[in-house]
Amino acid sequence: MTPAAATDRRHYLNASYTAASWLFTVDHKRIGILYLLSVTFFFLLGGAAAVAFRLELLTPAGDLVTAETYNNLFTVHGVVMVFFFLIPAIPAVLGNFLVPLMIGAKDLAFPKLNLTSWWLFMIGGAITLGAVITGGVDTGWTFYTPYSSTYANTSVSTAIIGVFLTGFASILTGLNFIVTIHTMRAPGMTWFRLPLFIWAHYAASLIMVLGTPVVATVLVLVVLERSLGLGIFNPNLGGDPLLFQHLFWFYSHPAVYIMILPAMGVVTEIIAAFSGRRIFGYKFIAFSSLAIAGLGFLVWGHHMFVSGQSMYAGIIFSFLSFLVAIPSAVKVFNWTATLYKGQVRMLTPMVYAMGFMGLFTIGGLTGLFLAAMALDVHFHDTYFVVAHFHYIMVGGAVMAYLGGIHYWWPKITGKLYHEWWGRISAVVIFLGFNLTFFPQFLLGYLGMPRRYYAYPEEFQVLNVMSSAGASILGIGYLIPLVYLVWSLKYGPDAGPNPWGAKGLEWETYSPPPTLNFDTTPVVECEAYDYAAGEMAPELPGTQGHGSSTSEEAGSSEP
Amino acid sequence: MSHEAHVAHHFDDAEQQYDACSLGMWIFLTTEILFFGALFTAYAMYRSEYPQAFAHASSHLSVWWGGFNTAVLLGSSLTMVLAHHAARTGHQENLVRNLWLTVLQGGGFLAVKAIEYSDKFAHHLYPGAGFEYHGADPGQAEIFFSLYFAMTGFHALHMVIGIAIVATLAVLAARGKFTPRSHLPVEMTGLYWHFVDIVWVFLYPLLYLIR
Amino acid sequence: MSPEFALMPEQASSVSAEYDALLFTEIGISVFFGVGICLAIMFLAWRYRAGSEVDRSDPPEGDMRLELLWSGIPLVIALGLFVWSAKLFITMRTAPKNAMELHVIGKQWMWKIQHPGGKREINELHVPVGKDIKLVMSSEDVIHDFFIPAFRVKMDVLPGRYSMLWFKPIREGTYRFFCAEYCGTSHSKMIGRVVVQSPADYASWLSGGGNNEPPEVAGKALFESFRCGTCHREGLTGRGPVLDGLFGKQVRLAGGGMVVADENYLRESILDPGGKIVEGYQKLMPTYRGQIGEEGLMQLIAYLKSIAPDGKQPEEKR
Repeated sequence: MTPAAATDRRHYLNASYTAASWLFTVDHKRIGILYLLSVTFFFLLGGAAAVAFRLELLTPAGDLVTAETYNNLFTVHGVVMVFFFLIPAIPAVLGNFLVPLMIGAKDLAFPKLNLTSWWLFMIGGAITLGAVITGGVDTGWTFYTPYSSTYANTSVSTAIIGVFLTGFASILTGLNFIVTIHTMRAPGMTWFRLPLFIWAHYAASLIMVLGTPVVATVLVLVVLERSLGLGIFNPNLGGDPLLFQHLFWFYSHPAVYIMILPAMGVVTEIIAAFSGRRIFGYKFIAFSSLAIAGLGFLVWGHHMFVSGQSMYAGIIFSFLSFLVAIPSAVKVFNWTATLYKGQVRMLTPMVYAMGFMGLFTIGGLTGLFLAAMALDVHFHDTYFVVAHFHYIMVGGAVMAYLGGIHYWWPKITGKLYHEWWGRISAVVIFLGFNLTFFPQFLLGYLGMPRRYYAYPEEFQVLNVMSSAGASILGIGYLIPLVYLVWSLKYGPDAGPNPWGAKGLEWETYSPPPTLNFDTTPVVECEAYDYAAGEMAPELPGTQGHGSSTSEEAGSSEP
Repeated sequence: MSHEAHVAHHFDDAEQQYDACSLGMWIFLTTEILFFGALFTAYAMYRSEYPQAFAHASSHLSVWWGGFNTAVLLGSSLTMVLAHHAARTGHQENLVRNLWLTVLQGGGFLAVKAIEYSDKFAHHLYPGAGFEYHGADPGQAEIFFSLYFAMTGFHALHMVIGIAIVATLAVLAARGKFTPRSHLPVEMTGLYWHFVDIVWVFLYPLLYLIR
Repeated sequence: MSPEFALMPEQASSVSAEYDALLFTEIGISVFFGVGICLAIMFLAWRYRAGSEVDRSDPPEGDMRLELLWSGIPLVIALGLFVWSAKLFITMRTAPKNAMELHVIGKQWMWKIQHPGGKREINELHVPVGKDIKLVMSSEDVIHDFFIPAFRVKMDVLPGRYSMLWFKPIREGTYRFFCAEYCGTSHSKMIGRVVVQSPADYASWLSGGGNNEPPEVAGKALFESFRCGTCHREGLTGRGPVLDGLFGKQVRLAGGGMVVADENYLRESILDPGGKIVEGYQKLMPTYRGQIGEEGLMQLIAYLKSIAPDGKQPEEKR
């Protein structure tokens, strides 16, 4: 396909240019783009809050902002990053774009519902931001009662209503995926021919559908308690302060798997493509996703080992938490084995995927420390926990998200980004991340509690290291923003399949037409059907240097 | 591939569309079960913690109004089933009549609910600063009434939404929008209506009957 | 408590050493697997880099034995760690009998502590070295959490109920304690220090100025001022159960069921007396919610304990 043909061809991006054609589109690919822009905005917002409180934590004394502001900052960071970035990031951006393409469908099963999701997400986001601006929120993203229900005098109710609406967006997205995967597969696309990205999204969707309503209810009860005087969580009436925590973590622990399962799906695709061979242990990876989703619903009590839940309940939750580690380990081993006898190309998405594997392994192993009740007693609510879940959610989910954005960027935009800058960004993020969060493991072991505005001075050295790392990490995140936007105008045309990857999404044009395929594809082979020893094509962006790439790109513009 | 008018563009055929819609509806109802599940969990926990206070507080509810409402809702489920049957067999007149009967019974349920609520308010049996309770353990009784209002309130909200949808269907049905081959909205709304009905079938014994 | 930089917290309680042993075992296992995986990935990525001249014939698509092996080995290791950590956790959670009992009340944003003799202190906790110490804790407002890193102990402090925490300091010195559960604006100011002294120093500190009456004495005065004894007595006029010797005993409830008369049951019976009535008695007692604060409750319960001299300490379950 020549560049000229690519620009003349009608595809989902040039189908129409009006604002309404974007804001009220029912095309899953356009909705994916809307989500991409929205979550990027929220990511920058949550990141800005993190920059502010990492600056505050440079010194032991609370001197840069007030304690109230600090508490608002970490709450905004948590609420925005969890509910408005991490949970929608991979499913709502990449999942939305790719699920129909990968299974050979024209769209998701319920396109209008998909658009409704995005609108709910945006309205919820606007309401939550309104709460932040008008009175702040200082409860932490966990909204623990009775602090949130009785004592906090910030805009807690407004913020919760925003989160509630976003929860509905998540439920509808999950519902849409499950129905789509069940009913919309192309002829010949059996369950065990599905790409593992689809299996991962299926498992994550189950959690979205089954977990989110519970947290929605419990958050509404907090609002009713604040506004109408209901007393379900009020200890002065005999209400149990632990009830909220049980119901909250029943969703919010599985919510971690909403973030990490799709991330694992992304990494699986990347590793198969850049090892140029069929994934090792397909069924084990597929079923381990379902095992993680299932077991994930049974381990919420490990957030409550020292909260006052009974010792015996704690022992059971600890046992189940150790079990969740096994399917995760199985995935890591299978990915590693996939490299064996492959054609490994260390292109940008692969560098991100490698970074994911390293950071996720650390995050997973330190999770075992927290599953061990005795160790958790000391680590609970310290920086050790903060470090652990950032290794999973940022080291894991965000690395995979960025890897996925790079891997499918040519498909989404039809353009190639600058390969060397891509690798540099992955390495900078990896290093900055470790410098930011590894010291926090030590801080936690030394006993520094989380959510501390001021801290004893013996903790300063590690906090300074962490803040220094955060500045590198921040720059690392800005680099892709620049060269990816740059590639939109100056990047060379990608062609339908620049990586030589297998999968239905690579068999249509880049960018795909509005209905995805010219004719409904018929699937006749397994997923990742790479021929043994086959060499993938060289990339247009990789032989040349930076300047020559942009020259080539410039010359290909009509 | 010939597309029938009522099949959306991205579906291959009517069968695929039907499968997708009914699966979607069942999944939605599953989320609804979990939505109410959190409330039922809270109820179960406090009921076992404070059995006597809950039994005593529950005696302030009217078993008869509650029972009446249960009968009304079961009746509305019957008319909803009849409406679906009429849609499938092409009896438009029956369809419209049964849909309106469903709306009517739903409205009757809400009216009785309003009478019950105003009675609770008149006796200061609503949670918050105005709560007055003459009996042992007023705090625990207040938790009971918090749960009562939360659970029946969420249920009533679902009723309001259901009535609005059924009324819309009735108007559309009168215009002849549904045929024996194309009446998916009637069937899906029926599923939702039965679900809301079933929730009440659990709420009634838990809140009114168990002493 | 050393102001200079350190890489690990001091080991100052009887569980610190075993805690660290378990921790370093897990670190060892993690480093082994973590480094092993990373080396394997790097080696394979290098050896099978695109275009390298190596044997790529018959790449395997899966291997059942391998899958069983690499799920089985981590499973066995995980179970071993689970058993060890559960045993240590049970030790950390089960207070020895006859431990010295201190009362801790958390409120926004300070810690109030009372010693058995009645001595009070705020944001400081003096304890004798080598003694088992049990903290009985409650909160006046939101959830707090009492955390002493050097002792490797932590427990949430909840409104509306009592939670327990115990430790045995093994080294004299001062150590920090923190509030570890976010509790509002000045959460980070809710910190203090534990002073571990020799028993003699502790005794002389106790006898120092600012002494209050012991909690059980204050509780007796409350008991009398509320006229609890007019109903809780033997004979025909006794409309409530006798409280002498009650603490720590099993109580049969009206309507079936048993309950141990521990701190939380007594607390509930004072605040919500209708909830769990002793078999053979009527629901007559009015609630004392709002008439008695957290400290008063602790004093009343201390008095009830003092009139149950051989009442066994209830086993800790929370």
